[in-house]
Amino acid sequence: MNEMKLQFTSQSQNEGFARVTVAAFVSRIDMTIEQMTDIKTAVSEAVTNAIVHGYEDYPGYITIECCIVGTVVEIVVSDSGKGIADIEQARQPLYSSRPEMERSGMGFTVMETFMDEVTVQSSPGLGTTVSMKKKL
Amino acid sequence: MKTTLEFCDHVLVVRLHGDLDHHLAQHVREQIDSAAATGSIRKIVFDFRQVSFMDSSGLGVLMGRHRLMEAVGGSVALFGVTPRMDKLLTMSGVKTIIAVYETQEQALEKGAAQ
Repeated sequence: MNEMKLQFTSQSQNEGFARVTVAAFVSRIDMTIEQMTDIKTAVSEAVTNAIVHGYEDYPGYITIECCIVGTVVEIVVSDSGKGIADIEQARQPLYSSRPEMERSGMGFTVMETFMDEVTVQSSPGLGTTVSMKKKL
Repeated sequence: MKTTLEFCDHVLVVRLHGDLDHHLAQHVREQIDSAAATGSIRKIVFDFRQVSFMDSSGLGVLMGRHRLMEAVGGSVALFGVTPRMDKLLTMSGVKTIIAVYETQEQALEKGAAQ
């Protein structure tokens, strides 16, 4: 098993840093450009959710843990922000708790479409952890 | 992300370069809305040929500009997307409200400004 852990502040300019770093880490596995793009997109969605919804643009830390087991990539994105009161509602396509920001409400749907498995754990006031798996 | 705006009659052509994520979406949104505020724009055509990455924040930009044009009886079209971006546009339903073309000529000609 190969693994890495990355921690950074919840600033939007770190979205690109996060997805490119994860892509660089997983690139040692043989995969197609499409699979790589899927992983980058899912990471970007989870990190953006943490910045926009977890911390609501206030400062905080986001942690990404990534491990490769055989041909399976597992990525865990966690924050210590406000948490999600209703996870089922948050995962609905087109739902956004911040429509004034012109969010598409498709973040979780994109993660679910591009990854094989997505689980969300959250506690209001304590934070959110999004775990994703993709078999290559 | 670099954004270049071109005006042609009542059409605004938006050429995007780089990654279209949440960090850069606000900048793109402000540039387009400022240009459209003149009131004469009836169609926005997005050139995605130089976009290297897009996530759902990009979808938000497109859906918002669709609403903007819809309010004045106009439309939005785009061209030059990669297969992965096309997948995003399809699964989000954006393709049901915004026409996606292969070439700039098609995007400008078909569904001309109303």
